[in-house]
Amino acid sequence: MIPVAFDYEVAESVDHAIQLLGQHGEDAKLIAGGHSLIPIMRLRLAAPSVLIDLDRLEDLRYVRDEGEHLAIGALTRHRDVHNNELVQEHCGIVGYTAGLLGDPSVQHRGTIGGTLAHGDPAGDMPAVIAALEGTLVVQGPNGERTVSASDFFQDYLFTDLEPDEVVKEVRVPKLGPDTGWSYKKFSRRSQDWAIVGVAAVVEKSNGNIDSARIGLTSMGSTPIRASAVEEALSGASPDGVAEAANSADEGTEPATDDAASAEFRKHLARVWTRRAVEEALNR
Amino acid sequence: MGGGVPRKEDPNLVTGRANWTDNIKLPGMLHFALLRSPFAHAKVTNLDVSGALEQPGVVAAFTGEDLADEWPGGVVCAATVTDDQKTPFHPPIVTDEVKYMGDVVAVVVATDRYKAQDALEFVEVDYEPLDVVVDMETALEEGAPLVHEDLGTNECFSMPMEVGDVDDAFNRADVVVKEHYIQQRLIPNAIEPRATVALQDPGHDGYVVYTATQVPHLAKIVLSLSTGIPENQIRVVAPDVGGGFGSKLNVYREEILALVLTKKLGVPIKWVEDRSENYQATIHGRGQIQDIELAATNEGRILGMKVKLLDDMGAYLQLLTPVIAPSGAAMYPGVYTFDAFSIEIKGVFTNLTPTDAYRGAGRPEAAYACERIIDALARELDMDPAEVRRKNFYEPFDEPTDTPGGLQYDSMNMQAAMDRVMELADYEGLRREQQQRRENNDPVQLGIGFSAYTEICGLGPSQALAGLGIGGGGWEAANVRMLITGKVEVATGTSPHGQGHETTWSQITADALGVTPDDVVVLHGDTAVVPFGRDTYGSRSLAVGGIAVHLACEKVVDKAKKLAAHMLEAAEDDIEFEGGTFSVAGSPDQNVTIQDVGAAAYMAADVPEGMEPGLNEQMIFDPPNFTFPFGAHICVMEVDTETGKAYVRDYFAVDDCGPVINPTIVDGQLHGGLAQGIAQALYEGAIYDEDGNLMTGSMVDYMIPGAPELPNFTLDRTVTPSPSNPLGVKGVGEAGTIGAPPAVINAIIDALSPYGVKHMDMPALPMRVWNAIQDAQGNGAASGEYDAAFGSREADVRQEGRSEDQ
Repeated sequence: MIPVAFDYEVAESVDHAIQLLGQHGEDAKLIAGGHSLIPIMRLRLAAPSVLIDLDRLEDLRYVRDEGEHLAIGALTRHRDVHNNELVQEHCGIVGYTAGLLGDPSVQHRGTIGGTLAHGDPAGDMPAVIAALEGTLVVQGPNGERTVSASDFFQDYLFTDLEPDEVVKEVRVPKLGPDTGWSYKKFSRRSQDWAIVGVAAVVEKSNGNIDSARIGLTSMGSTPIRASAVEEALSGASPDGVAEAANSADEGTEPATDDAASAEFRKHLARVWTRRAVEEALNR
Repeated sequence: MGGGVPRKEDPNLVTGRANWTDNIKLPGMLHFALLRSPFAHAKVTNLDVSGALEQPGVVAAFTGEDLADEWPGGVVCAATVTDDQKTPFHPPIVTDEVKYMGDVVAVVVATDRYKAQDALEFVEVDYEPLDVVVDMETALEEGAPLVHEDLGTNECFSMPMEVGDVDDAFNRADVVVKEHYIQQRLIPNAIEPRATVALQDPGHDGYVVYTATQVPHLAKIVLSLSTGIPENQIRVVAPDVGGGFGSKLNVYREEILALVLTKKLGVPIKWVEDRSENYQATIHGRGQIQDIELAATNEGRILGMKVKLLDDMGAYLQLLTPVIAPSGAAMYPGVYTFDAFSIEIKGVFTNLTPTDAYRGAGRPEAAYACERIIDALARELDMDPAEVRRKNFYEPFDEPTDTPGGLQYDSMNMQAAMDRVMELADYEGLRREQQQRRENNDPVQLGIGFSAYTEICGLGPSQALAGLGIGGGGWEAANVRMLITGKVEVATGTSPHGQGHETTWSQITADALGVTPDDVVVLHGDTAVVPFGRDTYGSRSLAVGGIAVHLACEKVVDKAKKLAAHMLEAAEDDIEFEGGTFSVAGSPDQNVTIQDVGAAAYMAADVPEGMEPGLNEQMIFDPPNFTFPFGAHICVMEVDTETGKAYVRDYFAVDDCGPVINPTIVDGQLHGGLAQGIAQALYEGAIYDEDGNLMTGSMVDYMIPGAPELPNFTLDRTVTPSPSNPLGVKGVGEAGTIGAPPAVINAIIDALSPYGVKHMDMPALPMRVWNAIQDAQGNGAASGEYDAAFGSREADVRQEGRSEDQ
């Protein structure tokens, strides 16, 4: 539990962080809340030679109403996302999920940008942002660009982020009154990573389902969309949910580990998708 | 006594002012880190520490060969359970072969812990992996890899015991139930990891060892036996100690190393365990395979019990490793009276971390097997589990009573505890709700699980302990001194590490002397300050050490009474003592306070002829018998049959630990114990792969439950005093870890019985529960791989054959 020695730099601005990344090369790691990185450094599973601390960039902590969407500053802590009134009013699933991921100390230290940039398919927020079809604003030496969630998550702990880029902002759609949502997390202990998580965002019309977007946690090397379920739910009545949910594991390749076999994960994805969509319909 | 006075210890503990061993910083102090084996079994073919010596801050580095002369006794095992028990030499640093992952190959000493840790990477070491044995059944097979080649076997000992005519009982039986249970290995997680600081005693020949231990007195002896340093040159101090649960009832290689290194290098030496080391190198608990059979009549009356037990020693014997299972052996019959009982225990070496005492140490295992199989009997006979239990309870008694295990229980009234817990839980109401959920095919089913347990506490009568193979006495000492200023010092041989002795001993003293608890300071844990004692484990402290305090107080009062009579010029028989004041019977105005008497005793200007000055009394209490707390628990589980998630909705516990001195502390012990018991049943388990790699090496993988995983406990008490000591107290530290696991598992099986589930292993994590439902429904889930990880692949198969002998 004693990390290898490392140097420590404080980023004064996003530009400064990018400059430091360029200067120190690939051995440098950005750190914000530190609740993913520090534990693996203590186990000597990661040994970056330099940590670049983003945590003092107060101007990246915000939630703004930008008309069609909410813009959430990358360094906004989970607890602040959870408690934010704009988030609660317009995109409740993000606030709800920020309040259940990890444990209280993770929620008070960890940031929304950090958990997305970490790219862990067992993290709760990536599947939620994927189901919302959110976008990320990233900045590198050549300026800003936006990336859709579906393009951002590329593989296990691997994202579209270049080594000298920083996540600045997350954009999520404002959900209307006819949109129901749910995030159902299944884990052994509440503080654990999800064995399976299901994010459901359901557009309702006249008691039926207009369309649905389903994001799955821990069902592959990235957060994934249960597209077969989405297709089956399009225009379906609530009676069709159970049947549609049965294809939640289609095309997924979950891992087998001490917590769950791949088979059990697939089973849970089906059960949990049904329950998540049912909950979304009633919310 | 009897009041929930706030704990004296807490203000320091919760405001960061505790004196943990790691807080001790001494001039010139060096730190060491250990190179631990990544292999479970390997020859060390090449070892060179010179690279580490070149690293910044490194002062010294040693191999086992360098230091072998410093520890003639090695790491000591103090228990011998059979004449032919095999006790291999256990070197603090190995010289040729590592025997488990975490075994120690070299030590590096540096100016700080970080530098020492970094330098370990520059020790050159080559290993030649050897065959590994990780499970006990394989270890006992012909031709299995040997953990200790020179012993020629992996069997450490074999201990049979029989009371009554067991064959006859089984021949007479209408029904025989057979069960097979796994006690998975548990990893103790004290909030403070182990830590030691050793130094040469300034100005004296000899050494001071500060160490996070439950057993400073034992450590003093054992460190002497290990190193050959005379016992009177070792002073051991247990400062504030942050929990132990048995894991600090030991003397480890790191404590020996700290002492040896300060002897060699002349400067203070510190070692602080990190959590990864805690998981690999501190003892593990449990680790048993239990085969149990119960013979009974059709009416549910138990006739006899047979147990076969394999107990995993791990790679070496720690302080008490072999005696853990034997010390629980006599408790298998539990709270049920019958005539015939036999048990055979085999201790088995494996290439895993050594096991030893963990909260309950043999008794949770016994209670689990007993309480599981009585539920199996109830199912077999289609009887209510409460009814089967009641049929076999002892009639209430308050004098020592013989048991099938060959002990004498001190006092018991199971009927009262059972009545109360069923009333608290609204048992009939729960059964109605269960029925409703079954009829509605609710995906979340309700299960109701009982456990009725007794345990053995108050270790213990010295003679009885010697019979078990634990030498050195089980008595406890206390010194109570009224000071010249009227304050009181109590020096105890017990060594608290979270139990609140400072508070409870103060209450006992305050009651006896008529002072306030705030007038009392309790001294403990420093072998140079307190009388030699037997430390703290096995719920012994109150029932032995607290009694010593009480009796020493009585001696103080007796002497003070004589002096008071002298001061009041009255006959001693006419002196009454109440609320700290001695007065003459019939003339309450003629009085003197105990403080005044104390001052007079120290002045010694006018004391009765022959009376020694001072008011300072010592007492050693060697109890006539153990104490046997008991209780009845009901666990109410909700089991999601679609996901396998099992959640404790409610937990009702009625425990009887005799009269209660501090109800807040007793409730706290129960909350913590129940949490640890539920943890074993639902969450925790050390998992090794077939090569002996610990797969649950951190808190991410090892499932310690937190508050969200636990219910609000509903507690109540009955009070049946023990005849084993004058306060009638019994002990409560392990009640929860003993009572909870069977109640939880019985509740899960109860919930799933409509699905045909008759067996469940621990920990009942979701995939295991879901697999059990699938298997019982004939859905053929691939559960083998998961269960194998906990060593219980065959459990369900055996379960199916359990009634073949009927």
